[in-house]
Amino acid sequence: MLDDPAVALTIFTLSIFVGFEVIAKVPPLLHTPLMSGSNAISGITIVGAILSAGHEDRTISTVLGFVAIVFATINVVGGFLVTNRMLEMFQPKKRS
Amino acid sequence: MNTQLIQLAYLVAAVLLILGMRGLSSAKTAPRGNLIASIGMLIAIVATLLMNKVVDYTVVFAGIVVGSGIGVVLARRIEMTAMPQMVALLNGFGGGASALVATAEYLTYDRTGVTPEGVVPYAIVAGLLIGAVTFTGSIIAFAKLQELMRGAAITYPGQNFVNALIALSVLVLAGMVVAGIQGLVPFWALAAVSLLLGVLLVIPIGGADMPVVISLLNSYSGLAACATGFVLGNSGLVISGSLVGASGLILTKIMCDAMNRSITNVLFGAFGAAPEAGGATGDGESQGTAKGYTPEDAAVIFANARSVIIVPGYGMAVAQAQHAVRELGDLLESNGIGVKYAIHPVAGRMPGHMNVLLAEADVPYENLIEMDEINPEFPETDVALIIGANDVVNPQARTEKGSPIYGMPILDADRAQHVFVIKRSMNPGFAGIQNPLFFNDNTMMIFGDAKKVVLSIVEAVRAFN
Repeated sequence: MLDDPAVALTIFTLSIFVGFEVIAKVPPLLHTPLMSGSNAISGITIVGAILSAGHEDRTISTVLGFVAIVFATINVVGGFLVTNRMLEMFQPKKRS
Repeated sequence: MNTQLIQLAYLVAAVLLILGMRGLSSAKTAPRGNLIASIGMLIAIVATLLMNKVVDYTVVFAGIVVGSGIGVVLARRIEMTAMPQMVALLNGFGGGASALVATAEYLTYDRTGVTPEGVVPYAIVAGLLIGAVTFTGSIIAFAKLQELMRGAAITYPGQNFVNALIALSVLVLAGMVVAGIQGLVPFWALAAVSLLLGVLLVIPIGGADMPVVISLLNSYSGLAACATGFVLGNSGLVISGSLVGASGLILTKIMCDAMNRSITNVLFGAFGAAPEAGGATGDGESQGTAKGYTPEDAAVIFANARSVIIVPGYGMAVAQAQHAVRELGDLLESNGIGVKYAIHPVAGRMPGHMNVLLAEADVPYENLIEMDEINPEFPETDVALIIGANDVVNPQARTEKGSPIYGMPILDADRAQHVFVIKRSMNPGFAGIQNPLFFNDNTMMIFGDAKKVVLSIVEAVRAFN
């Protein structure tokens, strides 16, 4: 589907606009969780890493793909967990 | 699995990621948003695992297990004060992963002798370049924040020339790769130069400009993922990547506005300005001497105060003073004093840095007030207590046309009836300029480590009651 550059560019441009609209509503209070959360999302590149590492023939690309999976997983898992840890702190709780 | 089903799964994933990000618009809905986004991510990963192209699961699962282990440990162990480093590191991993994917794909094309078509060669070059710059740039940012290297701007003669040379070679090498020149030499050369570029772009950026750099690298890590999406023809990657790209760009703009500087000035400003900024540090003597006071003096003032605004800065983070600050805030409140916290957008080393630290110390977020909202309250406030902040309360920004921070929006702490400044020493802040606030008649300086001073103020207030 993305073979057509015009389609690809359309998706890209519209996504950027959606991104601007959604992110502009995030209050400064939550800017740090926003960064770590969006960081986790940029770990979506794990999808590409899986495709590179999962080829049937093992080559140098498999090795690069493996390292890429490790990096991207750190990003995804570390990003979502640390974001959750921070957001929990913003929840109202009974203070002693 | 059916290609169309997989595309639909990506669509569902993308929608969940967008809904998740939208959850971040309020603290109440944010944890659920984060959960929704992570479910979206899980769907994208599972869908990819089910693709026919993926046959070798051993390597894939090994990578996921290793990465998850490291990710869990990092996320659990990291101190809240070290969050800027953590985010820098995560940016770097994301960018690095994208650069590796671009490389792996290029090598596969090369090995199989197939020529990449359409947008693919451009996307490969973009993924490699942006990913590699994000990777090394983030590592340098991490090293600066972790104080593994000097945090100040690093400049050297001919810096502009060297960078221009590097930029030119990036263009030439990228052109050669896109043109499909045989052999791997141009590609590896481009990889090397891109990695170098990341280092060179971040070393001239000083500590207080880190919020901008981290936001920008955040954006890059998304754009790099986006580029790999074009390489692989994967819409899920393109949508999520551009979402992150947009998010980072917005934060970059907010940070730049909060310093009244352009992005070019932040990124390249150090080259010309460094010697000048260094020369301006000697003004201290000419403005008179700042008066040193004790925590007991503060207790006396607090005893007669009705309202206090606390202004935290990077010094609070360095001294890990957030819990002590909360203790003081609670004590003052129990004495019937109204306590609020004034948060400047660029206080600290990353967007929202102060909010996270104070939230960690259980300060209710309703009491963390943004700059525009709190500024009108300073003149009616009895005490402004500035803890480890400097440039963000420097009144020079309002008046001195020649000052490097002229025009930067500041917190009007100087307009409070009394101002206490807790500061390690009289060293000027990042901008290298003296702060006239310290010499005002209504300003009282208390020198020392932020945590120790705040704790002794707590003691003194208790003793005074």
